[in-house]
Amino acid sequence: MAPLLQLRGISKFFPGVKALEGVELTLRPGRVTALIGENGAGKSTLVKILTGIYQPDAGEILIEGRKVHFDTPEAAQRARITAIHQETVLFDELSVAENIYLGHAPKNRFGLVNWAAIRARSMALLHSLDAPIKATMLLKNLSIAQRHLVAIARALSVDSNVVIMDEPTAALSHKEVEDLFRILARLKASGKAILFISHKFEELHRVADDYVVFRDGRTIGAGRMADATHGELVHMMVGREVDQVFPKAPATIGAAILSVKGYSHPTEFDNISFDLRKGEILGVYGLVGAGRSELCQSLFGMTHPSAGSVAIDGTFVSIRSAADAIKAGLVYVPEERGRHGAVLAMPIVENVTLGSLGAVSQRGFIRAAEEFKLARHYAQRFDLRASSLSQPVGTLSGGNQQKVVIGKWLATKPKVIFLDEPTKGIDIGSKSAVHAFMSELAGQGLAVLMISSELPEILGMADRVLVMKEGRMAGFFDREGLTAETLVQAATGNMGALR
Amino acid sequence: MTMHAHAPDSAPTFRAIPDRLTSPARNFLGSWEALLLLVAIAIFGANSLASPYFLDINNLSDATFNFTEKAIVALAMAFVVIAGEIDLSVGGIIAIASTAMGAAAQAGAGTAELVVVGLAVGAVCGLFNGLLVARIGLPSIVATIGTMSFYRGISYVVLGDKVYSAYPTDFAFFGQGYTWGVISFEFTSFVLLAILAGILLHRTTFGRAVRAIGNNPFAARFSGLRVERIRFIVFLMTGLAAGLASVMLTSRLGSTRPSIALGWELDIVTIVVLGGINIQGGAGTIPGVVIAALVMGLVTSGLGLLNVPGIIMSIVIGAMLICVIALPILLRRLLHKWRSA
Repeated sequence: MAPLLQLRGISKFFPGVKALEGVELTLRPGRVTALIGENGAGKSTLVKILTGIYQPDAGEILIEGRKVHFDTPEAAQRARITAIHQETVLFDELSVAENIYLGHAPKNRFGLVNWAAIRARSMALLHSLDAPIKATMLLKNLSIAQRHLVAIARALSVDSNVVIMDEPTAALSHKEVEDLFRILARLKASGKAILFISHKFEELHRVADDYVVFRDGRTIGAGRMADATHGELVHMMVGREVDQVFPKAPATIGAAILSVKGYSHPTEFDNISFDLRKGEILGVYGLVGAGRSELCQSLFGMTHPSAGSVAIDGTFVSIRSAADAIKAGLVYVPEERGRHGAVLAMPIVENVTLGSLGAVSQRGFIRAAEEFKLARHYAQRFDLRASSLSQPVGTLSGGNQQKVVIGKWLATKPKVIFLDEPTKGIDIGSKSAVHAFMSELAGQGLAVLMISSELPEILGMADRVLVMKEGRMAGFFDREGLTAETLVQAATGNMGALR
Repeated sequence: MTMHAHAPDSAPTFRAIPDRLTSPARNFLGSWEALLLLVAIAIFGANSLASPYFLDINNLSDATFNFTEKAIVALAMAFVVIAGEIDLSVGGIIAIASTAMGAAAQAGAGTAELVVVGLAVGAVCGLFNGLLVARIGLPSIVATIGTMSFYRGISYVVLGDKVYSAYPTDFAFFGQGYTWGVISFEFTSFVLLAILAGILLHRTTFGRAVRAIGNNPFAARFSGLRVERIRFIVFLMTGLAAGLASVMLTSRLGSTRPSIALGWELDIVTIVVLGGINIQGGAGTIPGVVIAALVMGLVTSGLGLLNVPGIIMSIVIGAMLICVIALPILLRRLLHKWRSA
């Protein structure tokens, strides 16, 4: 079949960085092409070039064999390319229908916005996506998964030939992913060319027909998905063997460090009790919205509980703020890196030391040498990829931002560390580094709590698993003999099958 | 503390990351502050060409009086703006503090008491602003527009169309006195406070926290910074600075009317913005603010020497602000176009 879109020798340079160097890509109608690569391999840059946000420094873009230039995002849209971005850019204060049709609203004969048509078409689109969302709802009242559906509807509202999905499943629960795949199959059947970016190999093997692998801004390999094994793809992507995606070093588990009893919140969670022991990794599993992040943020002092007690090392503590929590030796690595984790406009070094300014200062004066020393230590320990420690964190790739954020927390020398979806949206190389690191921390006697929605990660890493459902504890399981089915059943409430 | 990763593949691939790519000196050359300094030098040159009296040492000394009070408040305002807030009540604080000093002077207070009253009233007003913003959570622009008229309103109620002018003779020192030769007390205070503010913003954990909060208050809170407390402190700082400015201004004028320092808040914000402080918070330097204050002072004194009326002066200052801020943006755009063509 003739290619719909071709990239030839595309290069893009930023000061000090070669983001893309002579990249090749071919998309064919009715086929899903998986774009595989570590964080920082150039995937996001490529998406930005395809959508007219960046202009390539070299190379050409061909659509049905004709050379095209995208000077602006509008130009890419006119060429019928549409993208669903990793972090959806939508407007909280507008309705779902307005979000879907913003920028290309149908007009009536007076040149005014045709609201009736917008609402009707939005409803039809949402219906075709099986999305239980009303077109008149305000976006701010929707959940993350629902917002994602709106973003997909927005992408489909323009009649595009090329659909780019940049990690569309990162924020979705199991069922929503299934829904998305059904939509994908339908798009495929209608002859659209789809570029699918994901870090989840199970998904890629299921939905993709072709693959392209990027590494360090170059095309490393391309071909039919059916001809490539998982191992080969990982090898191409990382450039080395990753023998074990979820390494779990055996650790001696000691006494309870953190004891939580009857912990409740007026709206988010109810009657949660657990012990977190020295050297242990406790997995917390549940669907999106089960109250896992809310529980951890409350324990970290961001919100106040209505009942319950917390003890660290056997002494009851009252944690009223994040500062109290850090002092007590408890830290929380938030899920939303850009919003809660890092100060994106500030340099790496200032981010690493932000939680432990006391340690790099004397009588309130910051000691620059100590500060850089600390930052260098964590940069080295995490194999950070950056051009200098004074580079703003916002210019790093997602995985490297996460390394900075985790480094910030370790610099406070905690006893208990909560990690909220620590490998969300991170490539496999950084992922295994984070996992190795988590077992290392546990081995050193830290108590680790890991929120994760990825079953292999939970099953591979956790010594015990707490399952939450709708703000309550839905089960507590030991590592031995634990299966994915058990966890999913507990999380979705099918407890009858368990007992 | 050395730790060895268990992952077999992390060590050999590590590349050392330099602390900085460019030296601080090189950074300065391309900075906003360097540009402002050029502007200041140009205006200084133009002034000395335009008027033969400009370079006179007494004239230069006199010229400092018309901006130091505003500049002192601008130093504190820099912290507020970098923290992502704004304080529009500083003019009102100057008025209410001056009124309080006038009343105290009439009741027979001595010079030392007057200074304490001025600073204390400034501090209390700042604390009240801090309470509204940090504790109650009002947006600072709304809260301080409110307190702006509230503070000045009290001044109007107390004074009506009366004037307080019964200040002790030695009170005049703060606004008219000299510490050394032609160097005024006001200017000395400004220089010392500027150094203090520079150290506080650029060398201490407090300054770092202010900048982090202005950039991303959520991440700052998640990092264990006491966001409310720091917001509170920055409003206390502008309150105190306004109190000090009130002492100086009242001492210099020798009288208090409720219209004292009317509209100063915008002049002060102008200095801060001209100094390269991001009005949305998170970035900016004290040297920038100091140079911007000098630029403002030079422009007003130069125009004053040329007998340019005040109304025209405000047009010139407005135009200058727009030009200085728009020029780099336009130049960058032009450069970008030229490069991509």
